[in-house]
Amino acid sequence: MNFPGSGIIKGLAVTARNMAGSYIEKDRLTTEQYPEERPTLPENSRSFPFLVFDGEDPESGMRCTSCKICEKECPPQCIYIVQDRDAAGKALKRPKVFDIDIAVCMSCQICVEVCPFESIRMDQVYELSSYDRFGALVLDKPKLLKSNAYYHGIHPTEAAETDARLEADRKKKEAAAAAKAAKVAAEKVVKAAQPEAQP
Amino acid sequence: MSDLQTIDVSLGPQHPSTHGVFRMNVTLDGETITRLQPVFGYLHRNHEKIAEGNSWLAAMPYTDRLDYICPLTNNWAYALAVEKLAGIEVAERAEFLRVITAELTRLQNHVAFLGFILGDMGAWGTALMYAFREREKILDLFESLTGARMMCNYMRFGGCRCDLPPGWLDATRKLVDGFPAFLDEMEALLNGNEILLARLQGVAPLSAARAINGGLSGPVLRASGVDYDIRKADGYGIYSRFKFRVPRGVVGDCFDRFMLRVLEARESVEILKQAIAGIPDGPVVNPKAKQRGLRPPAGEAYGRIEGPKGELGFYLISDGGDKPFRFRIRPPSLINLTLLEELCLGTKLADVMVILGSIDIVLGEVDR
Repeated sequence: MNFPGSGIIKGLAVTARNMAGSYIEKDRLTTEQYPEERPTLPENSRSFPFLVFDGEDPESGMRCTSCKICEKECPPQCIYIVQDRDAAGKALKRPKVFDIDIAVCMSCQICVEVCPFESIRMDQVYELSSYDRFGALVLDKPKLLKSNAYYHGIHPTEAAETDARLEADRKKKEAAAAAKAAKVAAEKVVKAAQPEAQP
Repeated sequence: MSDLQTIDVSLGPQHPSTHGVFRMNVTLDGETITRLQPVFGYLHRNHEKIAEGNSWLAAMPYTDRLDYICPLTNNWAYALAVEKLAGIEVAERAEFLRVITAELTRLQNHVAFLGFILGDMGAWGTALMYAFREREKILDLFESLTGARMMCNYMRFGGCRCDLPPGWLDATRKLVDGFPAFLDEMEALLNGNEILLARLQGVAPLSAARAINGGLSGPVLRASGVDYDIRKADGYGIYSRFKFRVPRGVVGDCFDRFMLRVLEARESVEILKQAIAGIPDGPVVNPKAKQRGLRPPAGEAYGRIEGPKGELGFYLISDGGDKPFRFRIRPPSLINLTLLEELCLGTKLADVMVILGSIDIVLGEVDR
């Protein structure tokens, strides 16, 4: 079977098989009718960063301590942080301003990796287009802060691991604080026992 | 032949077959090419200088954007260069993950190539859609592993960023086992096609000697019959442990370059099967390797891998600081492109796109 044009006919047979197959086999019919149908994103999928807060209140539950490591490490430098200060001018462990310009952000996840307080995480939202070129794509603190429950909703495995790690850290800190308190108390007792040791 | 007979045509940068924003100033005598001048730089993003101003880790996501069809091999080349520079050992499991992701990258690059070159020949649609259907499956795997379809940013110094999600290896095994059937289908669709043969066979042959002198690498070099594959020559990573063949062309024409990709994809499937079967448990990143605040000792290193398009190398110089002192990329696409005029002279205008397509360039890497 090697007459001129036989190669084309063989190729057309493949096309016909694919066309007919697309009615039967799911593998061959891959088109998703977006926006009527939406893809289920894999758990690891990422789009842009957001800030996690614990509990109900975004301001008091904020994990971010304004350490600015993410700001420093961000490759395209799209994070802008200003540390909050109290009335006396003393630096507080929370940001006053936290902006991420997602027009610049390249979704690389390095901020997530370097954050020591498990505060910044990757979101999965992808319908972010806007008519406003400048304002709408700069996410400020109220827009960035999302609850831990939301985080559990999009990255369940990762969020559970994070919670376990934070819990372990908290327990360790408590244990350390308790040990320290016990030590201080013990020293006090010792001092009280020999008050005339001072010359 | 006077000058009045020739005509200058500017092909691109918006031409649908130029594989990105690439322009060719072509002088035609009738339909025959008498001069061809490539014009590029439209996609220049200053990658090397940006990397010199950022930390060592921060250059990693930028490498995704070099050859945006195959981000994972780019990651690997950069990680390899830094590991060489800083003397970092790579975790065993990560070596396997790197081979698996790199070979999947090679598969999807070569599959996309099959679609693109058919598009260059004017057969927009069928072959490209079939190719992208398969490529999409691989990109889905990438997304579930790394979080992004194309901008993966997956490799780290001394390993990889995260471990496999549950079920990933099974899904990959299923895809790899089904892949030869897809390649068979693609070959049945294309290889006997008389029009395709007429458009590819004997077009722009390249001798082995000229290919070597031109500094070419990758499939374009091997299509000319040169047995040179960095996976074999260097055995970087753990490639020396796998059994695979290096396909070679005979005359180095467009058809050899086309078929070589199909054969290479088949060998990649073999490597993938061995790697998936042999993957050990363990950490995915060397715990001693520092990511943030890495300061490699002063010195220089050149790390290179066999990317899907050719030898991708990173030449790094460190002055002991937290930023690269010099960051230089050897992009296979750019260097393979240097022989374009030579290949195109004397051919017809319609062949230019096919020749360009057969070299398989990505402008993100050419312009950087």
